Amino acid sequence: MDALTRRRFLVASGVLSGGAVAAGAGAIGLARLLGTSSKAAPPDPTRQTSKVVLVTLYGGNDGLNTVIPYADRAYHSARPELAYASREVLRLDDKLGLNPRLRGLKGLWDAKRLGIVLGVGYPKPDRSHFRSMDIWQTASPGSPAPTGWVGRWLDGVNAPVEAAVSFEPVLPPLLVGRSRIGACVSYRGLTLPDWISPDLVAALGRSQPNEPEMQARAAASFADLLTMGDVVRAAGQPTQTPDAGDEPAVPATSTGGENALTAQLALVARCVEVGVPTQVYSVSLGGFDTHAEERAGHEVLLKQLDEALTSFVARMAETDAGRQVVVVVYSEFGRRVRANASDGTDHGTAGPVFVLGPRVVGGFYGEQPSLTDLDDGDLKATVDFRDVFGTVLGSVLGADPARYLEGYQGKLLPFVPSD
Amino acid sequence: MTDDVALLLRRAGFGPTAAELAAARQAGYEATVSTLVAPFGPDIGASSAPMPDLGLDPYAENPNPTSRQRAEADRIRKTQTDLITRWWLERMVVANHQAVEKLLFFWHGHWATSVTKVKSPQLMLAQHRSLRESRDIADTARRMIVDPALVYWLDGHLNTKRAPNENLGRELLELFLLGHGQYTERDVKEVGRALTGWRINLRAATSVLDPREHDNGRKTILGSTEKFTATSVVNLLLGRIECVRFIASRLWFRYASSTTPVPDRTSARMAGAFPAPMSMLRALYTDEAFATTRDTMVKQPIEWLVGAMRQLELRPTRIPAETLTQLIDGLGGLGQRPFAPPSVGGWPAGATWLTSAGAQVRLSLAGKLASQLTPGRLTPEDVAYILCIDKWTDRTYAVLRDVRNARLLLTLGLVSPEYLVT
Repeated sequence: MDALTRRRFLVASGVLSGGAVAAGAGAIGLARLLGTSSKAAPPDPTRQTSKVVLVTLYGGNDGLNTVIPYADRAYHSARPELAYASREVLRLDDKLGLNPRLRGLKGLWDAKRLGIVLGVGYPKPDRSHFRSMDIWQTASPGSPAPTGWVGRWLDGVNAPVEAAVSFEPVLPPLLVGRSRIGACVSYRGLTLPDWISPDLVAALGRSQPNEPEMQARAAASFADLLTMGDVVRAAGQPTQTPDAGDEPAVPATSTGGENALTAQLALVARCVEVGVPTQVYSVSLGGFDTHAEERAGHEVLLKQLDEALTSFVARMAETDAGRQVVVVVYSEFGRRVRANASDGTDHGTAGPVFVLGPRVVGGFYGEQPSLTDLDDGDLKATVDFRDVFGTVLGSVLGADPARYLEGYQGKLLPFVPSD
Repeated sequence: MTDDVALLLRRAGFGPTAAELAAARQAGYEATVSTLVAPFGPDIGASSAPMPDLGLDPYAENPNPTSRQRAEADRIRKTQTDLITRWWLERMVVANHQAVEKLLFFWHGHWATSVTKVKSPQLMLAQHRSLRESRDIADTARRMIVDPALVYWLDGHLNTKRAPNENLGRELLELFLLGHGQYTERDVKEVGRALTGWRINLRAATSVLDPREHDNGRKTILGSTEKFTATSVVNLLLGRIECVRFIASRLWFRYASSTTPVPDRTSARMAGAFPAPMSMLRALYTDEAFATTRDTMVKQPIEWLVGAMRQLELRPTRIPAETLTQLIDGLGGLGQRPFAPPSVGGWPAGATWLTSAGAQVRLSLAGKLASQLTPGRLTPEDVAYILCIDKWTDRTYAVLRDVRNARLLLTLGLVSPEYLVT
């Protein structure tokens, strides 16, 4: 993005007042930029666009110990060491309750701002972490697809690089389109070293005719860096950016994903509040591959998830822009119903998806799978995951779901009222 | 063709120096392939970076520590993890037998095990030594299935006959030997049974079979029924053509193209050399399909950093400790820290490395590398020569042409799109 376009972008996004632009947007320090944005006119609520935050839980979250069928005897007998007693769970109704570590989410449930889609999966479940996560992210259960469902939406609306952002070092397939690609932003902020000028970086990022594809993408990453640098500078640093190492490690085989969910969501919050035009955010929490000694490790993860989500949603409820945010939390599969002898669980199938935010209509969606009518020890999915993402496309992004779900005609779930 | 020699050296090792490239061009393509896959004599360069001796894991010396001793033991483990990380980087930089080091890096990403869960640097180094000492792929597989770091990483030490833990068995099939979809869920469960009973001996950095916890029964795996054990199940898998093809496809994916599948003919030629990995690579390098993959592979962060250090004649141990720490943290920021792959699936590939966040970190790292040098006057052509870049695009040349500062020139060369892609 050249300097002129960059300034137009900052003005259009409501981040900079005219005075700041005159002073030269590239030369303004972080503190001054944020000061400017707070003095600028408040964002126009009629201009607010809906935003979605996708939270990926890598490793296969144990859905049965997250939304717990505490009243079902089959649950207690299948995993005696791992099961939560009825008195421990945070009851949602007379059958299901939340894991005791999900206190914040229970509060959101009571406030009717947490939707739980039960038994989400897809036909012929694949128990490979990598293939299954690909299926969720590409929304293509039948055959491998080279693009993610958000990537296809980016292609379809001819989106600028800032339309979809991930706060991970490596780009998730979710955001890869055929011609468009989401941006990866370091949650430590995006500043250039002081010995290099933005002009030089921009020159390095210029496209070259007939360049090999990967070389062209390498060049584009510099152009994206400048664009995203402006976006993130405008958004400011999160008030707290704990390193990934600050959160307790969980003894699970890593299957990808970041640990510093709080830090990632803090950045999302800042971006939303100052009017960054990003519509899709991708964040993640890894470590859910709990094959052994699951209970303690899983509780650590759920507590991290609960605290990060709860404070994010509370913060989002405070601003007009924030009230347009819908959060979706999913994992590649649930775990087996029966525990293994290592007090853990092996790869399974269906699991719950959480949907939360100020706009969300709380309650259950779909149907809890039976614990006795199983498919070789595994739950039978009752909701296709494309119904969830289709609803996000239709109700949050205002797009035609079938167009981006490769023709899939789903059943939209009413967890977000359409505008 | 001389250009093919450059491609060969870039792919087979971490990045040739200008002198190495000139010598290889002189020798010709065939001779260079032979030298790479069957290097003669001991590795003189590597001898200046001997593997560290860590002594006993602090938890092996004291299995029941107080909380204070635990904190001290964790501190020692962290220090030793830093030590082996720096050592491996050093070894990659100074080794003359570049193809050997690169292959070891490949196997690390294949049998991807992370110290973030294993915790013990002794076990990680033992796995590294085991990969280094293996005679061939079959030997590697038989060692890895009972390797204490890998077993611990995939919960094999908690796998009992009463209720098998599937983590190790599944990944053995999916990621290590057969490939996704070449087995059934039933096979996963049966392989899990075959792998029951292994326990870690932290003191000896080995694993031992506890016969009481091993399932002695018959198992049916891929249609064969017998009393499978860890070794016999690996032998069964090694004998399958799917395994041979899978390993060939993984080598192709990492050495030739991460976007197009290996052509059948190339795969068959490589398979003919199984289980000798270097012979499989020789088959790859001398196959006509290899040259067609030029300009398609994105350097992984470690390849990029190690190659840069070799070309700039920087040795990790001679860089100030604080700067070296920043460089290694930078590798973490790029998503590739030695001994810590992001998942059991190993490192990503292709365009996924080319993010805006990655561009930012690479700029910073390249600047730190250049700051270690005191170069005289340099032209864009000099930089291309030092970094073994065939030719600048008009874009990059226009950028470099007006830069007078030699360090900045080198920095820009290191982050240039031309340098990132091979």
